[in-house]
Order: sequence, then C-alpha cells, then structure tokens
Amino acid sequence: MTLLEFEDLRVTYTGSRGRIPAVRGVDLAVDAGEILGIAGESGCGKSTLAMAVLRLLPRSAEVTGRILLDGEDLLTMGWGRLRAVRWTGASIVFQGAMHSLNAVHRVGRQVAEPILVHGEASPAKAAARAEELLERVGLPPSRARSYPHELSGGQRQRVMIAMALACDPDLIIADEATTALDVMVQAQVLELLTGLVAERGVGMVMISHDLSVLSAVCGTAAVMYAGRIVERGPAHEVFAQARHPYSAALGAAFPVIGDPASRGRPGGLAGDPPDPARLPEGCSFRPRCAVAVERCGSESPELVAVQGAERSSACFVAQEGGPVVL
Amino acid sequence: MTAVPTSPRALRRARTRQSLARSWAAYRSQRAGMVGLVLLSAIVVLAVAAPLLVDQSQLSVTQATGGRMEPPSAEFPLGTDEVGRSILALTLWGSRLSLIIGLTATLAAILVGTAVGVTAGHVGGWYGWVALRVSDWFMVLPSLVVAIALLAVLGRSMGTTILVIALVSWSGTTRLVRAQTLTVQARPYLERARALGAGHWHQMTRHVLPNVLPLVLASATLLVPSAILMESSLAWLGLGDPNVVSWGSILNRASDNGAVSAHAWWYLLPPGLAILLVVLAFMMCGRALEAVFNPRLRGEGA
Amino acid sequence: MTDGTPPSEPDRASGPAGDAADRGAPGAPAAPAAGARTRVSGGFGRYLLKHVAGAAVSLLLVLFSSFFIFRLIAGDPIDQLTRERPVSPEQRAAMRAELGLDQPMWKQFWDYITGTLTMDLGDSFQYRRPIFDLIVERLPATLLLSGTGMVLAVLLGFWIGARAGWRQGSRFDRGQVATGLLLYSAPTFWLGMIVILVFARYLGLFPVNGMRSPSTPPDFWSQAVDIGHHLVLPVLTYTAVVYAGYLMIMRSSVLDELGGDYLTTARAKGLRDDEVRRRHAVPNALLPTVTLVFLALGSVVNGSIVTETVFSWPGLGSLFVQSIFYPDRPVLQALFVLFSASTILAVLCAEILYWFIDPRIRRTG
Repeated sequence: MTLLEFEDLRVTYTGSRGRIPAVRGVDLAVDAGEILGIAGESGCGKSTLAMAVLRLLPRSAEVTGRILLDGEDLLTMGWGRLRAVRWTGASIVFQGAMHSLNAVHRVGRQVAEPILVHGEASPAKAAARAEELLERVGLPPSRARSYPHELSGGQRQRVMIAMALACDPDLIIADEATTALDVMVQAQVLELLTGLVAERGVGMVMISHDLSVLSAVCGTAAVMYAGRIVERGPAHEVFAQARHPYSAALGAAFPVIGDPASRGRPGGLAGDPPDPARLPEGCSFRPRCAVAVERCGSESPELVAVQGAERSSACFVAQEGGPVVL
Repeated sequence: MTAVPTSPRALRRARTRQSLARSWAAYRSQRAGMVGLVLLSAIVVLAVAAPLLVDQSQLSVTQATGGRMEPPSAEFPLGTDEVGRSILALTLWGSRLSLIIGLTATLAAILVGTAVGVTAGHVGGWYGWVALRVSDWFMVLPSLVVAIALLAVLGRSMGTTILVIALVSWSGTTRLVRAQTLTVQARPYLERARALGAGHWHQMTRHVLPNVLPLVLASATLLVPSAILMESSLAWLGLGDPNVVSWGSILNRASDNGAVSAHAWWYLLPPGLAILLVVLAFMMCGRALEAVFNPRLRGEGA
Repeated sequence: MTDGTPPSEPDRASGPAGDAADRGAPGAPAAPAAGARTRVSGGFGRYLLKHVAGAAVSLLLVLFSSFFIFRLIAGDPIDQLTRERPVSPEQRAAMRAELGLDQPMWKQFWDYITGTLTMDLGDSFQYRRPIFDLIVERLPATLLLSGTGMVLAVLLGFWIGARAGWRQGSRFDRGQVATGLLLYSAPTFWLGMIVILVFARYLGLFPVNGMRSPSTPPDFWSQAVDIGHHLVLPVLTYTAVVYAGYLMIMRSSVLDELGGDYLTTARAKGLRDDEVRRRHAVPNALLPTVTLVFLALGSVVNGSIVTETVFSWPGLGSLFVQSIFYPDRPVLQALFVLFSASTILAVLCAEILYWFIDPRIRRTG
C-alpha cells in the first residue's frame, strides 16, 4: 500500500532575486517496506523535497501540490495535527549530524525528546527507551550521557538514526545520511537502515548524490535534475542502464568497485547545474547534454514510460529508443 | 578595462567614490539611521547657532533678569533657574559643551585605540600581547570609578574631563581594530603585497587602515553617546569644569538647589531630554552604520 | 589535578572514547577511557590556572595604579587633611609619621600592598574610623540595590531579547528595541530625578530617598517592608537604564542561532515554536552571553554609584561620591581598589562558569 505520495509538488522560493523554483512538479510514491532512492547533484531540489514532507521549509517557500502521508494531505492539515504527525508519522535523518544535534544537550535527552513531546512515555521510561534505541543502533547505552562533540562522526550519525526511530514512525527520510562518513562506517550505517526497513516494514526515502549507493540498497530510484524527476525505475537498472543522459553521467561519476571497465569510462559531467532562477528554455539539461537534438531546445520533455511500465524517462532521445550515452 | 587611459590615482579615487555611494545607498535604506541623522543635524545646527540665538550675557549669574525658579512664561519659555537665568538659554549653550567634549574625547579615544590596535595586530609578538592585555584591563575596570578617581586627583577642567573620558574609552576600539587587522592581514592580496616587498608603513596605511576605517567609524559613532553620557554624569556629580555650562552641570545645579523638591520640572526636563535626544540620535546613526559596515553582512553581499 | 573533575562531566567509564581526530584534538592519540578522564580534568586545571594567574596580574595592576594615582599624582594628603588650618611643622611631621609618609617610596608601596591584602585599609579622614568597618557596614545596602537591579535587568532583558530576536523584524521586535534604546539613552541620574519627581513628589507613592524611615518599628517585618518600599524607585531607575543592554545582547545572540540546523531538527520532532525557542535556541544563545553579563559588572558598578547618589542610598557608591568632596582620599583609594577588584573577579567567575556550561570549550581548553 502507498505510504507517501507526492502529487505535482512544486516549491518556489521568493527572495531578493525574485521567484526561484526549487521543485517543479514532482510525482512520486513510496510503499511501506520499500526504499525509494532520490539521486541528484546538490541544488537539484532533493533536500527541499525532504524538508517539504514535514513542512520544515522557511516561510519564504511557497509549496503547492499534494503530499499524502497515509492518505492525509500534509500541506493542508492544521498546525496541531501537523505537529502530531511530525516524527510519529515521518521522521528525518538529517545530513550533517554535528549541526543537526543540539550541542548543549546530552544525546540521550535529544533521543528521548520526541517521545516526551508526543506524550508517549514518562521521563524515566523515555530515558530508558533512548538507551535502548542507542543500543539498537550499535552504541553503548552509556553514550546517552555524552554531548555530541564527544562522539565521532559515525557515532553521531547513529544517534540521529536512533532519534529518528524514537516514535516508531511509518516513514523515515534519510537525507544524505551517509555522505559525510568514511566508506567503512557508511557501509555499517546503510546496513543498519536497510535492516530496519526489512524488519519493521517502514517506508524509507533515501536521498543521496551517490547513485551507486542507492542502487545497492533501494528498490526504486528517481533521478532529479533542476527540480524535476528526469528518470525513474528499479534502482539497479537506472544505475546500470540509464535511460537519461544525466543519470548516465551521475552513475559514471562514481567508480564501481570491482569493475575495471568503469575506471576507464569518462566520469563526471562538464559544466554546472543551471541557475534555478534562470533555467534554459526547453530541456533544462540541454546545455550539458551530449546527445541533445533540435527539439530539446524548444520543448521540455515530460516523464513518460519507456521500456514497459516500470521505467520512465524525461528525455526525447530515450523516449524514441536512442542511446543516451555516446 | 583600460579603454579610457586613466592614472592609477584617478582609478582609485573613482573606486572610493563608488564604494562611498554604495555605502550611502545602504545607509539611506535604514529609516532609523536617517531619523537619527536628521535629528543629529538639527542639534548640531542649534549648537553652532547658539550664540546667534541667545546672547552669552544671558548665562551670567549677575545679569540674570528672571525670578528664582519661575515656571515657563512668555519671557522665559522654559522657565528660570535658581538665580533667574533662562533655562532655554542654558540648554542651548549647554549643547555646545556636551557635543565638544563628547566628540573630542571620542576622537582622542579612537586615535589611540586605532593606533594601538593596528600596531598590535600588525606587529604582533610580545608587543601585541602586552597591548592586548593592557586594553583588556582597561575594558574590565568600571569606567566611572576610574574617571572619578582621576578627576578627583587631577582637578576639574574641560581638558581633564576629555582626557579622563578618552582614557576609559579607547580599549574597545583597540580590540575591534586588532581583530579586523588580523582578518585583513590574512587576505591573499596582502600576502602578495608582502611578497612584492611592501614595507610595514605601506601595508598599514594602504591596505590595513582603509579596510579597518569603516568599522572604526561605526564604533566611533557609538562611542560618542557613551562619552556624552559619561560627561553628563561627571558634571552632575560636580566633577565638571566649574566655569562652563553643560547639560550635566545644569542638572547638577538643579539637584543642589532643590529643583526636585520644588517641583521645578521645567528645570529638569530640558537638559535631560536634550541629553537623551543627542544620545539617541548618535545611537541610531551608529547602529545604522554598523549594519552597513558589518563585515558579516558585507561578506554575504560579496 | 585529577580531583578537578567537574560534577557535570559525563561518565566515561564505559564505552570507547570517540576518535581523537573527530574531537578536535589533532595529533592526540585515541586515549582509553580512564586516560580521557584525566586529560579532561587536566585541561580544567590548566584552564583555571591560566585565568587565575591573569586575574592576579590584573589585581596587582590595580593596586599599583591606585598607589600611583592617589600617592603620586595627588598632592600631599596632609594639606587636605588639615584643610589649610595653620599647623606647626612639628605637628606636620608627627602626622606624616603616623601616616607613614616619612618612609621611602618603596617602603610606602610595600606597606600599602601588604595592608590592602590583610584588609588593613587605614582610617577614613571624614569618619575617623577604620575604612574596613565602613565598607562592611555599607556593603549590604549596595548588594541589595545593585543585586536586585541587576537580576531584574538580566531577566527582563533576556526575556524580551530572546522573543524579539526570535521574531526579528516583527512589530514586537521593533517596538521593544525602540523602547530599550530610548531608556538606554536616558542618563541614569536624570531618570532618577524624574522618577522621584513623579512617583515620590507628585504621586507620593514612595519615599523620596534613603533606605529606611526612622519611625519604623524595629521588628524584622516592619523593617523589611520599609526597606522594600524604599527600594522600589532606585531599582526601577536602575533596571530601566540597564536592561536594554541585556536585551540587545540576547537578541543578537538569538539571531546568530536562527539558522541553526538543530532548530530544524527540533521542529521536525513536533515541538511547538515556543518550545523550540525555549528548549533549544535560548540555551545555545545563552552561552556567549554569560561572559558578557559578567563583563557588564563594570556598568553595574557605574550604575549603582549614580543611582545611590540620586536616592541618597547608604551604600558604597554614595560613600565614594561623598568622599570626593571631603576629600577623603583613603576611602577613595580603598573603594577604587574594591570596585575594580570586584569587576576583575566577576570576569574570572565568568571564565570559570563558561567551562562548566559550555561542553564545547572543554576540548580546546
């Protein structure tokens, strides 16, 4: 069953430079027990998407469309209901645990805080539960009395995960949860997250710029560029056989361990992501695209099914069956 | 870039003019700053024009024409003091002294503070450490206590008042300037200047000072009100120059002659409100300048 | 140095210490649990020693400068003591000997230092009594007035400042900043005079000056109520002038925290807006303000000198001002040292307190 659904989600910031569209019409769905990966460069709108779920965006952001969590629209619900849904319905593992944790509170208190806020237990029980949760993510319970700066980066990220589990949410959003960690710790944290999904049947949205990580843990992957989904499909297929030139470039940016051929492939992508305030006409990827055709300069491609119902791509070349990599 | 042949000097002047225009535009957008500026200009005009508006003879105790503490009347719009002088005349003339002392003391404090701060930041080492400790020490001491103690032994005059106020106010500027100097010095263009063999004097006057001055200007504007308040407190305590009229000394006479128990509100309000307005005007300007020159905000803009 | 473990230090008995690189101690080997404990308390010992030594040097400088101001710049105290009455050279010599002025300068300085450190401050010229007794007698009045005023000013300033910063640019913010600035711009003594004129003279609600009325019965409660009654106007004046400083400090500190990611975390957890402010933003914003509050003790002293004088409050501040005009130089000198020393010690307290309340400082020491 569908747990989280975005319907034509649009987020526009209004600032000194005028209106800046950060997310431009996203339709996505996540089922319980499923991991959805969202990949893209920084600034493509993927973190905005994550923050939009719990309505954590600044006041200057205008959000339209629908975000359905268990069938309930988060964008229209009242503040009281929204506060109740925050962390119990969906929780977030934020990127940059050092700054996302409060430096002057002990981590045990921070893990227990949502339990107390939502009135789920007495302070003593909440503290005990916090220790349990820390143990659960592989930290000694005595760590509850540490301050964030006394922990290593991996330990802090585990604290963030323990905190996200505190109120047994149905959905967990992991926003670049492993990006800042070294490879060994990253593998441990990923294992922890996938284990949680398998054993508790929660839904998860995993946001990363690293398509190879997503392909290893996610069922479905969506690739975002300039505020839009440009490709969607089973994660390993999107990674191994991209149907959009941007996904192909993103996948090639990270070498595949144990695949010597991938080292020889030209990785990376020339140029910078477009300025969201001044998007090019037509397909927004066209200025960086190696396979662009004439039509790409005037028309903006929609996300349509290619190769059966499971895969879709927003690329005219792919839609006509052409190769997206030269 | 050099389509029009211009000398480096003209180029620099043009750039200075440009940045001044930018700062002025940023300042103008702050309403409180503009209100403060208008208020301040009005007060300065009144202070400068005081001799034209009111003859100095009106300040003389012996030539006073009014009665003792008369309430406001047509002849004396703000009433009279205990010897029959016009409060309006006293307040107008008092503005001159309060402003002169406030500005001179601040100027002295800023000059000393900037000199010590720039050299402490630039030279560093043993000298820098001692300079920082000494300014820290001055910053911690209760300024009024130091000022009173010094005035009590030095004697009361305008000169000593200015000296004492400058002495208790220079340390904040030193700290600020030293920190800013260290920041400027870490910038790559100064490293390049050093590599090209620029001397200490050249580095300080051409690179460090121009970058430090805007901040100094903002902090000076905020230092003037505290100097004026300090002067008025000292004068009210009876430590001012006995031969001149300042707002603080008017209120000192009011206290000594029982203006409060005589319910002579006209004796108390004008000089006090004058202090309040001047201080407020300087604070509004200073805060606006700070917002314009704040390195943090400027960093965001660049 | 191991016994200096602060009580709030987290228990490190179990669990591995975080890796050294992550805790901002580059080059330091990853210490075992017990080693980490020693290292941290050793850090406190060093931290304490450094700041105590700094304060001691500052205090010595105060003693030195007070000797310099009052013995060297100021003229011969005998002239002031005799107040230009004709005295015979013999009487003069006797007085000089009594005050120790016939000694060489270094001996005078040594006697002064040892005297001050042993609380032997000499006698007051105007009261003909030991200055130490005078200070002990008047200290409670000063502590009562400036203590009450400062606590009120800090609470009020922080309370308003935190709310104003949290809603930067709102009508509340602009209104409070304007009010605070207006009161801050008023000279303390003038505001005191106006307050007396309005509340004591016109409305007759409170006594004009002093700390107690002679007619009050001597029992504790009557006395307490009487002192409280006398305390209202001075505290009102003092608080009104000073609170704006604390307001601005807290406001800008909260502004610095506004973009913090941890506030987003707190919001995501479902906390109400005011809970996010109180539980997360304010505790973080408080840290940098602690030092400033203690640093502001200098202004507390300034304010209490003026306030005590306006209200004839029988404390140390009014004694100081009174002594200027007598002139009672030993009292001026003693109070100069006392006031300066108290601000230096306040800063030392701030530095020590900072260690305990900011867990982050402990790693850099």
